[in-house]
Amino acid sequence: MTTIQTLIDAAATGAVYAMMAVGIGLVFGVLRLVNFAYGQLVMAGAYALALTNGLNPALSILVCFAVVIALTMTMDVVAFRPLRRHDASPATMLVATFAISFLLQSIATLKLGVLGRTVGTLTGLNRPIGDGRLIVRWIWIVAIIVAAVTLVLLLQLLNRTSIGLHMRAAAADFRTARLLGVRANGVISFAVLLSGAIAAIVAVVMTVETPYVTSDYALRDTIIVLVGVVVGGIDRLWSATLGGFAIGFATGVLNGYLPSTGTWPFTSGVYLDSAVFALVILVLLLRPDGLFVRRERGAVERV
Amino acid sequence: MSDAALELAALEVRYGAVSAVRGLDLTLRRGEIVGLIGPNGAGKSTTLHAIMGLVPLHAGEIRFQGAPLRGRAPESVARSGIALVPEGRRIYPNLSVRENLRLGLAARRSRLGEHHASDIAWVHELFPVVEEFASRPAGTLSGGQQQQLAIARALVARPDVLLLDEPSLGLAPQLVDVVFAALEEIRKRGVSVLLVEQRAQRTVAFADRSYVLSNGELTTTFGPADADDTERLIAAYFGS
Repeated sequence: MTTIQTLIDAAATGAVYAMMAVGIGLVFGVLRLVNFAYGQLVMAGAYALALTNGLNPALSILVCFAVVIALTMTMDVVAFRPLRRHDASPATMLVATFAISFLLQSIATLKLGVLGRTVGTLTGLNRPIGDGRLIVRWIWIVAIIVAAVTLVLLLQLLNRTSIGLHMRAAAADFRTARLLGVRANGVISFAVLLSGAIAAIVAVVMTVETPYVTSDYALRDTIIVLVGVVVGGIDRLWSATLGGFAIGFATGVLNGYLPSTGTWPFTSGVYLDSAVFALVILVLLLRPDGLFVRRERGAVERV
Repeated sequence: MSDAALELAALEVRYGAVSAVRGLDLTLRRGEIVGLIGPNGAGKSTTLHAIMGLVPLHAGEIRFQGAPLRGRAPESVARSGIALVPEGRRIYPNLSVRENLRLGLAARRSRLGEHHASDIAWVHELFPVVEEFASRPAGTLSGGQQQQLAIARALVARPDVLLLDEPSLGLAPQLVDVVFAALEEIRKRGVSVLLVEQRAQRTVAFADRSYVLSNGELTTTFGPADADDTERLIAAYFGS
């Protein structure tokens, strides 16, 4: 019954990647900024969890949220806002987030060492369900549920509240939104805050299955998610999210079926990246606008 | 203190080395409709953009109810009580008509509170299509209906000053009538209107005063009585 196992594992990876895609897509929607440093927010959250291992798990998770959100807001105030003020091009902003990414990784290496730390907050969730014949871990189910709840709540927020409406308007046409009285900095700060909160959720979920935290934690995942977001269609939040899910799911499925001898260089990881990116190239050749983008209307609503 | 709602003094806007507007003086009194006419590229839209804080002033001053506006962000200008109906309507095609209208509430000043039901009712009365098609995506409306929505969206914010950038552009004649009839109602509410238009004769006949803007400078002033003086209009328009 490895098929079901693989599919559930793949769906869990897809769910986590979908959340990362939402976090990246939200900020891109209002700022036209691709935040390459998104993975380092997850890394910071993972370290926050690892360093508070001794605390009550709820408290530890609270610290993780506080750290990630504070870091996200700092990033906005220190880096993004000055760039916006000078009307920096999207390319400049992207390069700036590369710099932030490497800066944060270096700080983590310098301050916390190269050996890494282990998170023990919710280790219980890594146990298998049932008698052991079919290995489905609790965390897979939890990841899928958490992602679904997060996305539904976000959708409610975007569709039912004034700030959500303002965000959607700002993402579609920022200048007109400002002319209507929508506060630019308010909307941007809110989007950044939400993306930070989502990064914290990702950190909590990801550290259950991958508890060993080093300074490059979530870096590879971010690159794959960014690719997924582009493949899905970065211009809209839902297509970006689907792209994140799809690439996560594809990664999980390929991971389950690709041959692996367990020794370098024939580990599944080698085949995995090649296979995933071969798939990406194929999709981009066939649907350059994005896998989930319908080509019908001229104007697009991006959130 | 005068009864001026909006005063532009020695306004100058440059794009690079080129002056788009220079030495422009204009006063809009409370409850007044002032027309701004002139050929394409004369600086009409630029003047409106300068008021809204979309383009920086090179020189001059803009005062709204006595307070300087220079250097304020567009959302801050909108929240202080000036609304712009931009050229090309700029409605959100993928949002519903109702959501477009709700966006207009973003500029409502806090002193007006949350009691906006009567304003929405008034706007619905002015433009019944906005109520009729409330749940449709705004992009599915016709051009004329979109223009009505754009004006309605500006009005729910209860602005003291309404700026309109070519509201009749591309509209069928009877829809132009609808737009001008709505402006008449807006005037009755005591809202001051600065109307940028290409339809010179119609604007001159309708507005309390009209100015011709040519090459970034105000040239001629017209009153409603001058609307029939076609020759003078043409001369002012094309510069004689």
